[in-house]
Amino acid sequence: MKVKSTVIKYGDHVDTDVIIPARYLNTTDHKELASHCMEDIDSNFKAKSETSKIIVAGRNFGCGSSREHAPIAIKASGIQLVIADSFARIFYRNSIDIGLPIVECPAAAAAIAEGHEVEADLDSGVIADLSTGETFTAAPLPPFIQEIVNCGGIANYVRKKVQA
Amino acid sequence: MGMTMTQKILARAAGVESCRAGELLMCRLDLVLGNDITAPVAINEFVKMGATKVFDPAKIALIPDHFVPNKDIKSATMAKQMRDFARAQKIVHYYEVGRVGIEHALLPEQGIVAPGEVIIGADSHTCTYGAVGAFSTGVGSTDMAVGMATGECWFKVPEAVKVVLHGKMKPWVSGKDVILHLIGEIGVDGALYQSLEFTGEGVKEIDMDGRLTIANMAIEAGAKNGIFPVDDVCKAYLAQRVSRPWTAFEADEDAEYAKVVEINLDELDMTVSLPHLPENTKPARECTDLAIDQVVIGSCTNGRISDMRVAAKILKGKKVAPYVRCIVIPGTQQVVKTCLEEGLVDIFIDAGAIFTMPTCGPCLGGHCGVLADGERAVSTTNRNFVGRMGHTGSEVILASPAVSAASAIMGRVATPEEVM
Repeated sequence: MKVKSTVIKYGDHVDTDVIIPARYLNTTDHKELASHCMEDIDSNFKAKSETSKIIVAGRNFGCGSSREHAPIAIKASGIQLVIADSFARIFYRNSIDIGLPIVECPAAAAAIAEGHEVEADLDSGVIADLSTGETFTAAPLPPFIQEIVNCGGIANYVRKKVQA
Repeated sequence: MGMTMTQKILARAAGVESCRAGELLMCRLDLVLGNDITAPVAINEFVKMGATKVFDPAKIALIPDHFVPNKDIKSATMAKQMRDFARAQKIVHYYEVGRVGIEHALLPEQGIVAPGEVIIGADSHTCTYGAVGAFSTGVGSTDMAVGMATGECWFKVPEAVKVVLHGKMKPWVSGKDVILHLIGEIGVDGALYQSLEFTGEGVKEIDMDGRLTIANMAIEAGAKNGIFPVDDVCKAYLAQRVSRPWTAFEADEDAEYAKVVEINLDELDMTVSLPHLPENTKPARECTDLAIDQVVIGSCTNGRISDMRVAAKILKGKKVAPYVRCIVIPGTQQVVKTCLEEGLVDIFIDAGAIFTMPTCGPCLGGHCGVLADGERAVSTTNRNFVGRMGHTGSEVILASPAVSAASAIMGRVATPEEVM
């Protein structure tokens, strides 16, 4: 599975309160959540995510609240991959559970800048910054995680297993 | 090799003799928790999975506390979805408005959590129950859905950070200052993926409400859980609340720790966290030039009776500063009743504070105290991220109930010595 796109870049400790502010948590509608994604730290996110499908961030991405609405809002915004130096643990688990691919890669997180064209191969873990020609290697997503992602989340994955 | 408290609890719940950090275990769950924001998402996933029945209606807690009493029509719809599910599934621990409290204040108070248990909650502050020697951790709604359906959850056994407490706290210094100080020392990702294991002779100097505050904010250091040993103080607390059998686990002498942090309680000062990260800590007495518009005393972090008592002691006979709103939010109906019995409500009202119903309300910018652009609050809550309590141009300073009450009187960051 490959993702190729320009990048939206953020810094350290991007918390779930800014990914989706609590004032919008009175809904479970994915599109509505997406319409407010990142608005408290990046008013241009909606426009950027029209064309950019990869977020690259620093340390502890997704810290704070356990709200699953955060990865849901990111995924429903059309983002196909988040690369970070590190992820907060609840966010990490939630992202896999809802089928949003995320990859820890400190070297890539440090080097890749806003607007760079990046190609990531989730099978091999190779992340190429096409704008600079640099490549980085992250731990690949294991096959079962990729299958969860392909199913669109663990609920569909479990359903498929149960019915099989 | 020895095991930590957390590792022993997880091993037992997985039915294995021992485990080590990094191992993946499937554990049986003693309690699965959700609230009015996270449970509706979990219920949708539960249905999507094809599940029809929860694994055990007595081991699920559905707690409407964030946006209740319903703040708007959409919130009412989500609360109703959870209520309808609770009724259909005959959930034992569903508490309606009027009987409910803030989840992490209510569950320990009512003895719904006990030592040695494995608890997941679709709320990041689920780590609170480590104060009673349980393994409890926050998860997302989908994990909650799987937990409700199967009664199991997989965990990566965490490494541990050992936090050794020495000595005794000075007057007005509290559990809140201990945890803010710790987060300042190790950072908001200082215990990422790890357990915070509190130990040392200083533990006995901290009462249960203080320990609940400390464990509550383990997540603010990135930790998977925070946990305390089950000592005589804890046993006395449990004796009034928990009638079912429970098991206390002690760390082995040769347990391995990724890091050891020592805190000398004697030297600890009243601490605040400045905007916009909990790790931006400073002694409160160095921040007295910061003027404020609002004070919040409450939340899952500091809405317990000891917190109310400290605030009342400082506010007694005093007045909240002009143009400052002081919002006191008791954590549960039992706390409300005790405040009434002890005359604390009169003290708050006479001081010019408002005493509200139990709710998470303003902590996450929900209702009952949302901040406008340019406003600053001192708050006993747990997060001071950008926009956490309202407008992105507002600021939150995290503090103890003592510092918050003193700040309400002075209209700026203040310590109790200034007003007593």
